[in-house]
Amino acid sequence: MSYSNLKRVDLIFDKECNPKEIIKNTWAKSNDQIINELLESGLKGRGGAGFPTALKWKYTAEQPEPDKYIICNADEGEPGTFKDREILFKVPQKVFGGMAVGAKVIGAKEGFIYLRGEYRFLLPELEAQLESFHEILKDLKIDFRIKIIMGSGAYICGEESALFESMEGHRGEPRNKPPYPTIAGFRSKPTVINNVETLVYAFMICMHGARKFKDLGTADSRGSKVFSISGDTPKAGIYELELGMTVEQFVEEFGDGDTKAVQVGGASGFCVPRKKFKETIIGFEGVPTGGSMMLFNSSRSMFNVLHNYLEFFEEESCGQCTPCRVGCQQLILGIEAVKKGERHASYLEHLQKLAQTMKITAKCGLGQSVANSFFSIVENFKEEMIY
Amino acid sequence: MSKKINLKIDGIPVAVDEGTTILKAAKQLNIHIPTLCYHDDLCIAGNCRVCVVEMKGSRTLPASCAMPVSEGMEVMTNTLKVRTARKHIIDLLLSEHNAKCTTCYKNGKCELQELAAENKISTASFIDLVPHKNYQMDAYSPSIIKDDSKCIRCQRCVRTCEELQHVSALGVAYKGDKMKISTFFENPMFEVVCTNCGQCVNRCPTGALVERNYLEEVWAAIYDPDKHVVVQTAPAVRVALGEDLNLEPGVIVTGKMVTALKRLGFDSVLDTDFTADLTIMEEGFELLTRLKKALVDKDPSVKLPMATSCSPGWIKFIEHTYPEYLGNLSTCKSPQQMFGALAKTYYAQKRKLDPSKVVSISIMPCTAKKFEADRPEMRSSGYKDVDYVLTTRELAIMIKQAGLEFASLPESHYDSIMGESTGAAVIFGATGGVMEAALRTAYEVVTGREVPFNGLNITPVRGMEGVREVTIKIEGTVPEWKFLEGAELKTVIAHGLTNAKKVMDSVRDGKSNYHFIEIMACPGGCIGGGGQPIPTNAEIRKKRTEAIFAEDSGMKIRKSHENPEVIAIYKEFLEKPLGHKSHELLHTHYKERARH
Ligand SMILES: Cc1cc2nc3c(=O)[nH]c(=O)nc-3n(C[C@H](O)[C@H](O)[C@H](O)COP(=O)(O)O)c2cc1C
Ligand code: SF4
Ligand code: SF4
Ligand code: SF4
Ligand code: SF4
Ligand code: FES
Repeated sequence: MSYSNLKRVDLIFDKECNPKEIIKNTWAKSNDQIINELLESGLKGRGGAGFPTALKWKYTAEQPEPDKYIICNADEGEPGTFKDREILFKVPQKVFGGMAVGAKVIGAKEGFIYLRGEYRFLLPELEAQLESFHEILKDLKIDFRIKIIMGSGAYICGEESALFESMEGHRGEPRNKPPYPTIAGFRSKPTVINNVETLVYAFMICMHGARKFKDLGTADSRGSKVFSISGDTPKAGIYELELGMTVEQFVEEFGDGDTKAVQVGGASGFCVPRKKFKETIIGFEGVPTGGSMMLFNSSRSMFNVLHNYLEFFEEESCGQCTPCRVGCQQLILGIEAVKKGERHASYLEHLQKLAQTMKITAKCGLGQSVANSFFSIVENFKEEMIY
Repeated sequence: MSKKINLKIDGIPVAVDEGTTILKAAKQLNIHIPTLCYHDDLCIAGNCRVCVVEMKGSRTLPASCAMPVSEGMEVMTNTLKVRTARKHIIDLLLSEHNAKCTTCYKNGKCELQELAAENKISTASFIDLVPHKNYQMDAYSPSIIKDDSKCIRCQRCVRTCEELQHVSALGVAYKGDKMKISTFFENPMFEVVCTNCGQCVNRCPTGALVERNYLEEVWAAIYDPDKHVVVQTAPAVRVALGEDLNLEPGVIVTGKMVTALKRLGFDSVLDTDFTADLTIMEEGFELLTRLKKALVDKDPSVKLPMATSCSPGWIKFIEHTYPEYLGNLSTCKSPQQMFGALAKTYYAQKRKLDPSKVVSISIMPCTAKKFEADRPEMRSSGYKDVDYVLTTRELAIMIKQAGLEFASLPESHYDSIMGESTGAAVIFGATGGVMEAALRTAYEVVTGREVPFNGLNITPVRGMEGVREVTIKIEGTVPEWKFLEGAELKTVIAHGLTNAKKVMDSVRDGKSNYHFIEIMACPGGCIGGGGQPIPTNAEIRKKRTEAIFAEDSGMKIRKSHENPEVIAIYKEFLEKPLGHKSHELLHTHYKERARH
């Protein structure tokens, strides 16, 4: 396959990797060295929020508490994302490796993979792979074990504090922050929680050094990223690409010639209309993404697209906080009312103000991010909302 | 000393302890931030978002109830951004809410209504969601009515039931727009482990959880010329009723309350305290008898420790949770039910009344007492022993309905018979009170001397710690109780069912060797009961408790066995504690219930 203007990268899925070797070499380094290497690489979390991984590990390492945990977030619930599944399927040892390194740095003896309920089919193979990984650790006399915990199908359980609640056997409701997981996470102990992909990159940085990663991407968005590409595209699938491309470059490669909008980052991300393809960078300086890229061509109704996302949020909200629980319902009924002519078009402005309130007052990232797609679709496709 | 943190709220500098929330720091400056899900007695939920504030450097508006202060923090509570957000949030809550205030039981006593009024939410700015909902009403319980259409999902009830009561009858079901407060398998509350304690009702900010009221039934009985309506008032009512009638917490209103009840038209105003004294006689002798059987007769069937049985929420809890310990419960009915059984027997005989024409009403600090009165076991008089149970709150409503200006009412005395009581009975209303009253009598029976505490105040059993252990050494016994000479009576007192669970677990696990356990289902005992005026918090409960003990020390007679009417009833009717008649009328049995 040719990549005319995009740089294809092969860090994640590259099979040329001996986990035992990497672990041995990494264990020869001090924790400070590892953290500095990660810091140098510029790796930011791939789960959505983009928090620098080195700092997350560092803060957790600094906690005096004897019991700490490292958790791999494999809940992958964002609509249009399926890359973590592929990573766990193809290179599970690298995921475990990343967790082991994280555990060494922070001082954890136990790690957990919180696996999306729908990925149960991965479990037998993962367990088998885990067994051989535990053998490696045993050989190297490393006191660390990983356990796989099954999620049960709620999107909100991918939010880190809801995930801890779920793991503790409670209802998956996000907690108040602070305290942050680095101080009080799983079982209220200092916890590092990272996305599947983040952990693999961390491990790859241990293998290749920071340079190889840092040389890719832009100042704000170092390295590469695994994209899940879907929608109106002849090339749906999973691709690891260098960060820093514009949406235009992306569409040139993946569009079907009639792309009118790209939803970057799934339902909780942003919709980029054709007129903004050129100026919009995919990355933390432009539109960040956890990896979901959905292309829409002109046959699609953006009203329906938005309605769909809102229905998703309405249902997947944990329901505890007012702005998110009630806000989602109001946004749906509101756009329906405008579409049906039951409310004046100016009601959309009222709803935008509401979305703004949701963005700043919702308790967790779910409710806060509803405004992203709402604003970007309503503003850019107003006619489609009204007529 | 904990570290001080300096911050500014609305430009005003303040220094507070590390770990303080913005909400509490603002309170120190007398800046009021509105709240809904926050409650003094509960852990922080941070889910209503009404309390959001602006914080310099933060993109989002943090919930002030959940955000701890930090050095140099600058908080603004009254900006356009805050006001807009707050209004939106109240608006959203109202759009989900069946806001028919004029016909709502909580009209005028509702935190949501207050907030809407304060923020002048006039016309609804969002779409009414109520027609899109399938709200349920659970009106099957004799104690509590749950109306989901009034629920704002603040989860105060859920936290109450879990943290304070360790019952978790209420929980959160479903998610998203369907999220609701529900029970195990969405069964009605009366079919689940709910103890009817009413603590959730005390903390529900809206009309979603309220007591089942019997106002109309009671008025009808009063207006019925054929009926003789007797009313009894529980010890804890007299120290709390005033709160619902414009008086401060902790004001004792016994005399005014009696006047009010007479003016409402009750034919006879009597005192549950009388049967509280009777309970002490029966329960005290029951304990001594059990001790004798265990120590002297070495009877292996005797169940010790013996646990008190006057809190019906606790009774239902143990029936569900520790059914194997039902034999450890005292068989004494609660004072309310002793009173009910006597009202339609002893009282009716003495007053030459046809018991079928006697309507017996009780005023209780408690919602579980409504359930208790409905229990099939509670018909020893041949009739329903207590016809209707009203909470303190309902009595306040009746007083207002009757147009009485409570604060200016003169004081009057209870009627007789069954209106006489002692200080020992009054303290039944506070945690530790039953224990103290029982000790005052039992110690004297066994030794012939008063309990060796200054002014009869057995201070070690008092207090607000959840679990209190007290050992009393028995010395100088009279010949009949010689076997107790030198014995150490081990007692424990717990209030709130979470604490009850701690005690029961330690009993079950053999970690303790108590003889006597006092348990009250509600925090603070009956003064913190589920039928008491709202709001409730530790400070209010403390004031009510102080009032209870003040009432006790002001009484002429302070030991149950010295109550002249108690002496009389044994002489004329019951013969002796644990006698045949007592067993028939004053004692009961319990039943095992499902664990879920
Ligand atoms: C509603 C919601 C859902 C989320 N779902 C996921 C998820 O499925 N996988 C994930 O890695 N992070 C998810 N996150 C982000 C996590 O909370 C957390 O930030 C992330 O796991 C941190 O890992 P990182 O630093 O490696 O990105 C979600 C966040 C929110 C608010
Ligand atoms: S924002 Fe939504 S998902 Fe997050 S806590 Fe609030 S209701 Fe739950
Ligand atoms: S719960 Fe409050 S706001 Fe709702 S109807 Fe009742 S009084 Fe009005
Ligand atoms: S029932 Fe009352 S306390 Fe419980 S969530 Fe609803 S409004 Fe809050
Ligand atoms: S009445 Fe008591 S036991 Fe029942 S739900 Fe309320 S708090 Fe829980
Ligand atoms: S009172 Fe703070 S979020 Fe509800």
